Amino acid sequence: MNEYMERQVQLKWYEPKKTYDVIIIGGGGHGLSTAYHLATRHNITNVAVLERKYIGGGNSGRNTTVIRANYGIPEAVRFYQRSVDLYKRLEEETGRWLMHLEKGILWIAHSEAAVRQERARAEVNRAFGAKTDFVTPEEIKKIVPQIDLSGGGVWPIMGASYHHDGATARHDRVNWALAEGANKRGVHIHQRTEVLDLIKEGDRVIGVQTNHGPMYADIVMSAVGGHVSRVAKMAGLRLPIRTHTLQAYVTNHYQQKLHPIVASTSLLFYVSQTARGEMLLGAQIDPQPSYNYRAGHDLIKGCSHRAMTMLPFLRDLRILRQWTGVCDMSPDYSPIMGKTPIPGFLITTGWGTWGFKAIPVGGEQMAALIATSETPELIAPFALDRFARDRTMADRGSAGTH
Amino acid sequence: MSIKIPCPHCGERPIHEFAYGEVPEVPDEITDIDERDLDRAFMFKNTEGVQLEAWYHIYGCRRWVYVYRDTVRDVIVPKPV
Repeated sequence: MNEYMERQVQLKWYEPKKTYDVIIIGGGGHGLSTAYHLATRHNITNVAVLERKYIGGGNSGRNTTVIRANYGIPEAVRFYQRSVDLYKRLEEETGRWLMHLEKGILWIAHSEAAVRQERARAEVNRAFGAKTDFVTPEEIKKIVPQIDLSGGGVWPIMGASYHHDGATARHDRVNWALAEGANKRGVHIHQRTEVLDLIKEGDRVIGVQTNHGPMYADIVMSAVGGHVSRVAKMAGLRLPIRTHTLQAYVTNHYQQKLHPIVASTSLLFYVSQTARGEMLLGAQIDPQPSYNYRAGHDLIKGCSHRAMTMLPFLRDLRILRQWTGVCDMSPDYSPIMGKTPIPGFLITTGWGTWGFKAIPVGGEQMAALIATSETPELIAPFALDRFARDRTMADRGSAGTH
Repeated sequence: MSIKIPCPHCGERPIHEFAYGEVPEVPDEITDIDERDLDRAFMFKNTEGVQLEAWYHIYGCRRWVYVYRDTVRDVIVPKPV
């Protein structure tokens, strides 16, 4: 957070207390959202959010800010649609302008198989409350006049699913608004506070050891992104998580307006226009697990090449900057939320490349779990024990970038 | 990330010619057979540092190559001593 924003966002910094009701490890979107919903919905304010660096500095500040609910399985559609609805109200609720902008999102199909898949997606979405329609190439041209329907002669466009609720919001503003909302109701946010170990009493986790001394709590929740296996190891837990890097980049200003978000699951890229007018492009994760924050040239080359076949105007733009985040990928490409076998230790992880869109609902549901000790129905299918129960939530085709 | 993998048959080749393969390791502490199966299928050590990996040279000699890689720097490293 820069100095200007520190003045704008009214955060109070407290001295760490010895005990809290709830300790949340990780001051990213999901951690802050959980604290925010604990304070606003359940009046639990004796909460600390511990952040190793600065809030929103991890994946919450590195994502490509897409909000959507066009998933392929009923449980996921219901879950993300709730998030889409919460995002629509979040500006009014927090009193902060989050630059939330509804754009619609096009998922383009280049083959018969992909057309069938997108038709099926539209059906599942409508059945479970998300607004998605299958659109023909002529309709696509009306939605995005810049598009080349021949796909550069290589990837002809045969149709798309159009998700009306697709939106973007400014990620930093979401983090800060949630932090501010939680903080002004009494939640402590401790930046530069690294969790070095978990304190256990028998099986139960009763607190955390930090670089500012020990802190104790009834409930410890990990909302860590990227390095969650490290926290799990402290708890003595093995997770179905592999960490991969994901890169994205922006070009210089494009004078015309590209209103919707355009994505292709076959070509593995997505394009949207930021509020500054830059074109924001992203693609797939690197194939090998890695914690490396360095960005590479290969992705830019491949992703730009594919994107230009459909949106030829991208040819004339220049790349301004690129960056990398580290994502927790679960084997079934769905998040993992809820209780763990260790009493007193909750987890929300596996947010892979789809964490930003779920910030409000993830926080809301985890807060409900903490407040009532019962797993809400909406997130029950995403529990960690689904792998042992052979109830995986396989939805790779909806991850957007895989 | 463009790194090169030293294939004993083809020499140093770009990473894109290879498919990543994990070397599964179930910890010895897990003794229950069902739990070992579960761990083998779904759980990962997710090493932050040097780990042994298998890479399949799919666009080359089509043989498996075993290397050590530092996952933090994303570079191939010599076998740790």
